[in-house]
Amino acid sequence: MGRYVLRRLLQLIPVFIGTTFIIYALVWAIPQDPFAGKCGQRPCPEAYISAMSDKFNFDDPLPLQYLKYMGNVITGDFGDTFSGISVGEQISTAYPTTVKLAIVALLIEALIGITAGVLTGLRKQGFLDNLVLVSTLFLISLPVFVTGFVLRLYLGPQGLDLFDVGVDATDPTFAQLILPGFVLGSTSMAYVARLTRSSIAENRHADYVRTAIAKGQPTRRVVGVHLLRNSLIPVITFLGTDLGSLMGGAIVTEGVFNINGIGGLIFRGIQEKEGITVTGVVTMLVLVYLLMSLIVDLLYAVLDPRIRYE
Amino acid sequence: MSRSRSVSWLAVPVALVMTLSACGGGTSSDSAAGGNEDGTVSIYGTEPKANLLPANTTEAGGSKAVEALYTRLVGFQPEDGKTFNLAAESITTADAKVYSIKLKQGWKFHDGTEVKAKNFVDAWNYGAYAPNAQQASSFFAQIQGYDDVAPAGEGATPTAQKMSGLEVVGDYEFKVTLKGPFSVFTSQIGYLPFAPLPDAFFADPKAFEAKPIGNGPMKFVERTPNALIKLERFADYQGEDKVHFKTLDIKIYSSQETAYQDLVGGKLDFMEALPPSAKIGDKHKADLGDRVLNANLLGISTIAIPYYVPGFNNLDLRKAIALAINREQITKTVLANSYTPVDGWVPPGIEGYEANTCADFCKYDKVKAKEYFTKSGFTGKLTIQSNADGGRKEPLEAACNSIKDALGVDCEFVGATNFGAFRQIVDGKQLTGLSRSDWSADYPSIENFLNPIFKTGASSNDSAYSNPAVDAQLAKADSTADKNEAIKAYQEAHKLIAKDLPSIPVWTEKGIGGYSKNLSAAKLTFKRDGQLSAFRVKA
Amino acid sequence: MSDPGASGAGLERAAASAVGDLSHVDDSSQKQGKPRSLWSDAWGELRRKPTFIISLVIIFIVVVMAAFPSLFTSVDPRAANLDNYLKTPSADAWFGYDVQGYDVYARAIYGARASLLVGLFSTLLTVLIGSVVGIFASYAKSWVDSLLSRFGDIFAGVPFVLGAIVILTTFNSPTENPSAVRIITQVVLSIAVLSWPVSMRIMRSATLVAKQQDYVKAARGLGASPLRIVFRHLLPNTVAPVLVYATIALGAFIGAEATLAFLGIGLRPPVVSWGVMISESRDYFQAAPHMLLFPAGFVTITVLAFVILGDAVRDALDPKSR
Repeated sequence: MGRYVLRRLLQLIPVFIGTTFIIYALVWAIPQDPFAGKCGQRPCPEAYISAMSDKFNFDDPLPLQYLKYMGNVITGDFGDTFSGISVGEQISTAYPTTVKLAIVALLIEALIGITAGVLTGLRKQGFLDNLVLVSTLFLISLPVFVTGFVLRLYLGPQGLDLFDVGVDATDPTFAQLILPGFVLGSTSMAYVARLTRSSIAENRHADYVRTAIAKGQPTRRVVGVHLLRNSLIPVITFLGTDLGSLMGGAIVTEGVFNINGIGGLIFRGIQEKEGITVTGVVTMLVLVYLLMSLIVDLLYAVLDPRIRYE
Repeated sequence: MSRSRSVSWLAVPVALVMTLSACGGGTSSDSAAGGNEDGTVSIYGTEPKANLLPANTTEAGGSKAVEALYTRLVGFQPEDGKTFNLAAESITTADAKVYSIKLKQGWKFHDGTEVKAKNFVDAWNYGAYAPNAQQASSFFAQIQGYDDVAPAGEGATPTAQKMSGLEVVGDYEFKVTLKGPFSVFTSQIGYLPFAPLPDAFFADPKAFEAKPIGNGPMKFVERTPNALIKLERFADYQGEDKVHFKTLDIKIYSSQETAYQDLVGGKLDFMEALPPSAKIGDKHKADLGDRVLNANLLGISTIAIPYYVPGFNNLDLRKAIALAINREQITKTVLANSYTPVDGWVPPGIEGYEANTCADFCKYDKVKAKEYFTKSGFTGKLTIQSNADGGRKEPLEAACNSIKDALGVDCEFVGATNFGAFRQIVDGKQLTGLSRSDWSADYPSIENFLNPIFKTGASSNDSAYSNPAVDAQLAKADSTADKNEAIKAYQEAHKLIAKDLPSIPVWTEKGIGGYSKNLSAAKLTFKRDGQLSAFRVKA
Repeated sequence: MSDPGASGAGLERAAASAVGDLSHVDDSSQKQGKPRSLWSDAWGELRRKPTFIISLVIIFIVVVMAAFPSLFTSVDPRAANLDNYLKTPSADAWFGYDVQGYDVYARAIYGARASLLVGLFSTLLTVLIGSVVGIFASYAKSWVDSLLSRFGDIFAGVPFVLGAIVILTTFNSPTENPSAVRIITQVVLSIAVLSWPVSMRIMRSATLVAKQQDYVKAARGLGASPLRIVFRHLLPNTVAPVLVYATIALGAFIGAEATLAFLGIGLRPPVVSWGVMISESRDYFQAAPHMLLFPAGFVTITVLAFVILGDAVRDALDPKSR
């Protein structure tokens, strides 16, 4: 197992470099002028342009720029934006919000998804089963921003007034994140339900379940201990992968609900051509994403004794 | 399993979470001023695009904070932009070229040091000096010696660090010599770059950037990027624009929609502009009732017809386009009554405004439009370019449809993703069709609506317009010492421009803002700012 | 990978995982020596499924709509009349009018073409690139294989919406007026560039499984060229998982088009698509919900049809589920 982890870690390095370099090249080699619109209705003064070009090494060839940048990042310095704000600080204010939102979304999708999946998996072909099947497909097909807008309008203060749709800019409470978390988790929730359902249905006729029933164990124990424990393995790995994606920030959901997370930070960064913010955040996100997928693989090995890595 | 879990938690970067005190605070104070003097006001803001130095702040996001942090020599009346003395005791001139400025004594910076003449002179020199790369550097261009500290041309190095036109006479008096007579100077010094900077800035600029020290009614407390800028009342402030609340939270929003919902819900106290969705069907009036604010704005929307686009150097075509836009209908529908049609390049509310400057052509007249269009012999397709975000697309697409309908020519709106991309096209003279050309004045003067836009080679001359007669008339007006005479000269220039139609005036925005139920009073200025001194928090 | 549903990346991921089993089972029924082939078996089952029939009918209608919009409406989608500003649905205009006084129904009908084209071409390109690289990888030396896999990881590691935003903003050189064809091509290319690793993985693992089959080994033993083996023996056996993936992905990409347009970087005027209509409705949603709900409904129903179709086909091709 140790060797497997090491090999996977080594494999991450080229992927990390490749991804960050592509993003870096796309952001900085943009054929657009990074100073356009920076100074309002007027073009920027030349002195300003040359000072900023020095600061961001615009005059170096691209690979050298990238190396200089990565060198700084490794020492923990993500650089400053055009306006002199530290990117590291931007990330550290935005990230807790994104993590919170991801956790809320994950909890909601796990709770609702698994419950629906277990109920329908145990009783296939009933009315409830069909209802869940249809509604999950519907959720999957509905673009997230439509879900977001509709729920915000009809459940928010201007509709039924069930939720307070305002989310604090810093350190939002979990209660404020319930509605956005539901919207963000809605698609995955549908998958969790379907995955649980098929997994339960498949394992229901497995030998060990039959044995347990034959031994005369109560149904509750059979379902709760034997069936659920084994059926939830793929679900948990799915949730793990999903957490990895959720940590990447949700550009659309954060936009719809004006949440100050990593997704919003990056979207504004791209729009306002704060290349340094974009590259910094993406570098960190790619790292988180790769590590999360590694963890999920390991988790799988821990959970399922049949899988052994050499 | 437990092992894996601990690993996954390590992957979550532990970050610093700033805690912020909640809004308001329940303590009641019985102040006589009819409001809670210790209250908190939160206003809508956007993330500043540059550091918070006065001479480096040229956009709305940063100005919100900088305006409150620094007080200039003069201030503007919120209604009409007439100037009154703030830090200045008196400003005198005999020839509009040499100005003698005396300061009020006893005014202090937030760090307790006194505001002296040299703070102004040093700050202005810093702002103008090219290597300091301040974005508003060109505002000092009228001062004698500017060309030595910021020479034009690429790679030119400055030959001096200080402008020769600035001279400290005493602790509280300095003299400004301009390149030539320029009567607008007394308005111009009310603009942000002309703020003073304390000695602390010159001692350690980097530390200053992190925690700016100004001389304004509010002092800097803290800033959380993309979230909040927090200011607090400066107790020792001497000016008449004192504020009557304690804390100002500039909340950063990425969408006006969300901010508006917070405004209606009482989580945000003031917005100087409302999102389009709030204006449709007068929704804001239903939501806010008597808490809607109105103001004249110093802005104007025009559609530029660049001379460098083939076929566009054609006066008949310009007239045809000007006549083909149904301004009345578009402002009433697509613009949801938040704009009014204009008939000139200087909006109402500006001293020197004249009605009907463009009356012959800036009115919808389908028949005449078609006549001129046939006469122009133009063939091909028309496009209107603009950034598509921020509600810019809809009125221009409507204008295009109006042109299409009236002239029978194909017209299409071409959108750039954002303002930056769009300005790059305009600044690079790469327009391939008509273009949005909106102007919002830096200071309330007819001069500011003409010089930056219509002078040959001016910084916002989007049409690449050049008419020697106009240039000469503008130069004459600039150098007229008497203010009223100068305005008359500018009006002449305005009339000359109207003959050429370098751009087509379409509409001007009505200032529509609003405040929350937490406030009992607020005021919107002609600059589309909140007049902080007029804000009152409910007790 | 942010916003799983919106981006289609999550959808795709699930499609890929659904397909995972298929690559291992698809020829097990053949081995059993049943008289009927897998495909006719599947067809027999599909014909009886109401969801399959319904989704096919929906897709057929949308395709006809895209090909011959004038069959459905005689109104010009670009005819603006501000007198009709934001008018709600009525007998004259079933879906009402939008901000410019355009007929929403006519635009929704005409919008089908661009939306469908994006979905179709993105899928074709994704599957094509993925298949070629996947088959090549499974045949190549092991270091080339892992190099290609890592190369795929690079693109899979970029979150979909994020990657698309960066690519589209970068290549949207604003200094010219792009034609409709160019705008669509850009969106198609950026979707394909970010999605091909998924179909590569499917193809690679399906090929690896098929390669181990006795008849493939036999063909190789008889001296058949690799190309012949690929086309005669491998491809037919990998069609099932790829087909299922492609169907669901097509739906996902139509949703992705809408999301990108919503963010203001996807399709844009002069192209009329459902995504463009949705992005135009943003500011007016509260005052005129019909501007958003009708195009969003079209997107949802079309995506739903493709997802159900893919689901049904997968079930039919998977003997385990019978």
